[in-house]
Amino acid sequence: MRTLLRAALITLLAIAATFGLDPFRNYQLATAAGVFAAVAGLTVLIGLTGQLSLGHAVLMAAGGYGYAATATAVDAAAPDAGPAALLAGLAGAAAASGALGLLLGMAAARLRGPYLAGLTLALVIALPSAANVLPLGGEQGLSAPFLPVPEALSALIAVEQWHAWLAILISAAAVTPLVLLRAGRPGLRMRAVLGDETAAALAGVRPGPVKTAAFVASAVPAGLGGAVLAVATQQVTPGGYGLAFSLTLVVAAVIGGLGSIGGAAIGAVLVVALPWLVDTAVEAVPADLGQRLNGNLAVLLFGAVVIAATLARPDGAAGLLARLRRPTPAAPTPATPSTNTER
Amino acid sequence: MDRLVFLLATGLARGAVLALFALSLVIVWRAARAVNFAQAAMAVCAVYIAFALTAASGSYWLGLAGGLAAGAALGAAVERGLMRRLPHLTPLPGMICAIGLVMVLQSGLAIAFGPEHRPMRPPFSQSPFVIGGVPVLSPYDLFVLVTAAAVMGALALLFAGTSLGLRLRAAAFAPETSRLLGVRVPRMVTIGWALSVAAAALAAILLVPTELGLNPHAADLLFVNAFAVAVIGGLDSPAGALAAGLGVGVLVSLTTGYVSASAAPLAVLALLTAVLLLRPGGLFAAREARRA
Repeated sequence: MRTLLRAALITLLAIAATFGLDPFRNYQLATAAGVFAAVAGLTVLIGLTGQLSLGHAVLMAAGGYGYAATATAVDAAAPDAGPAALLAGLAGAAAASGALGLLLGMAAARLRGPYLAGLTLALVIALPSAANVLPLGGEQGLSAPFLPVPEALSALIAVEQWHAWLAILISAAAVTPLVLLRAGRPGLRMRAVLGDETAAALAGVRPGPVKTAAFVASAVPAGLGGAVLAVATQQVTPGGYGLAFSLTLVVAAVIGGLGSIGGAAIGAVLVVALPWLVDTAVEAVPADLGQRLNGNLAVLLFGAVVIAATLARPDGAAGLLARLRRPTPAAPTPATPSTNTER
Repeated sequence: MDRLVFLLATGLARGAVLALFALSLVIVWRAARAVNFAQAAMAVCAVYIAFALTAASGSYWLGLAGGLAAGAALGAAVERGLMRRLPHLTPLPGMICAIGLVMVLQSGLAIAFGPEHRPMRPPFSQSPFVIGGVPVLSPYDLFVLVTAAAVMGALALLFAGTSLGLRLRAAAFAPETSRLLGVRVPRMVTIGWALSVAAAALAAILLVPTELGLNPHAADLLFVNAFAVAVIGGLDSPAGALAAGLGVGVLVSLTTGYVSASAAPLAVLALLTAVLLLRPGGLFAAREARRA
């Protein structure tokens, strides 16, 4: 109950904050909200069960494609039913990403460490091919219906702000169950499996189903995050969900602190804002060098930060999280006291 | 029929490169019980050095030697400077650090050299021999096959027939006992990394002239395919890497030739998934001890 209240409060605060931002910042906020949902799913997966997925971008893409296909179909069937298209699209996103997550989770239950990471990496690399071979629109991808501002609000807010509201609401709906899950029995089971699979099995916790369920629970928020991006951009393309983006999601989870949902919010904002800040700063240098730095310098920084964070905190991310949390007390904190996520 | 022969022959040449890269993953797995996810980025760094040396001196062979040396140095440096300092209780920190390294190296290369594809000239002609009216291997393909076979043979000889190979295997298999018996285990791990990245660099140098050209992401697909090869063959098994490498090379070549180029990654993904679900340890791996 307290978690729900806190979630509602944070959501309202975020929506209130959109009034203080210009349209472009609101667009960035919507993007950050989508990335946040995916990173929250990923951080719970890595932090609580130790399964490293390098392919969460593909789960986001699955959600985006699911959203675009369903919402477009409903929009074509009933052009005036505004919320129906959005809701059907979200259901489609959850179904598509959940199904893919279930498949991956069934594989993940049998795999450990590098095998799962390699399989998900192969999935990311195969995404452009899949978009060409499957009926997903190839390079151009699919377009999602444009959601205009409702009549009652149209005098008050711009369309970017409306999309930011939708993004915040969808992300809240995607992440809140994850917070409850993490704090409750399923979270305990996941930690038990991470700690010692044999001991967990002896205590009646079956590692296989727990790992599969964790993967699905992580995939659905990622898919909804993909739907958020589709709402904000009205477009899903395979190019938007490449290897670099997928690794960026891992970076956000690591920077925020593995297993921490509040940390995921910090990480998501950082990976959306930092590239933009760096590219803005780079515009000052000469064109030739600037073109090379554009987009690359931020990735370089992220890589260096990830290496530094892993080196500085060999005992895992819990210490890093504690250090991160102290200077940012306003950040949404996870519902439970932080537990050590690494052995 | 002509087409089939040509595709099979090309597939074998590509498969030899895949097998070599997969072997490099097997070496580092055996030496340090880690999958190096930065292998492709490190290999591409070495290829850039080989490219620069060739451009400066005009000699392909000087570039090749320089690239191999750079690969070995990079492997040793990353092991000493980075991987050694990480905890080894779980594989997670090593994998995350390798991902950070991939981002640093690839974006660093893109900043230093630009994102464009630089064509790399092979030392031999790429136009195939025609035998009885059927185009088969090109001289370059032949060079690739012979080089890969020679290097894999030399590595097998090193591991099976020399004192250094014995110490490398002992250090990987039973670190504590080896240390008691006077083997310098940390040095062996470093040598394992150096050998592994040098082999990966060689595979990438052999691959790049047959592709679009040199750019920071030139070896990404090679890594993914080679990872699939290493898993299919079993991460512990060099012979498995060779057999699976040739098999996957032929599979990729046939899929590209008969279906489409974009179907090849999907075919590899499907094969990888099937093998992981049916025999997670790989087709050639020894049985793992029972855990629960």
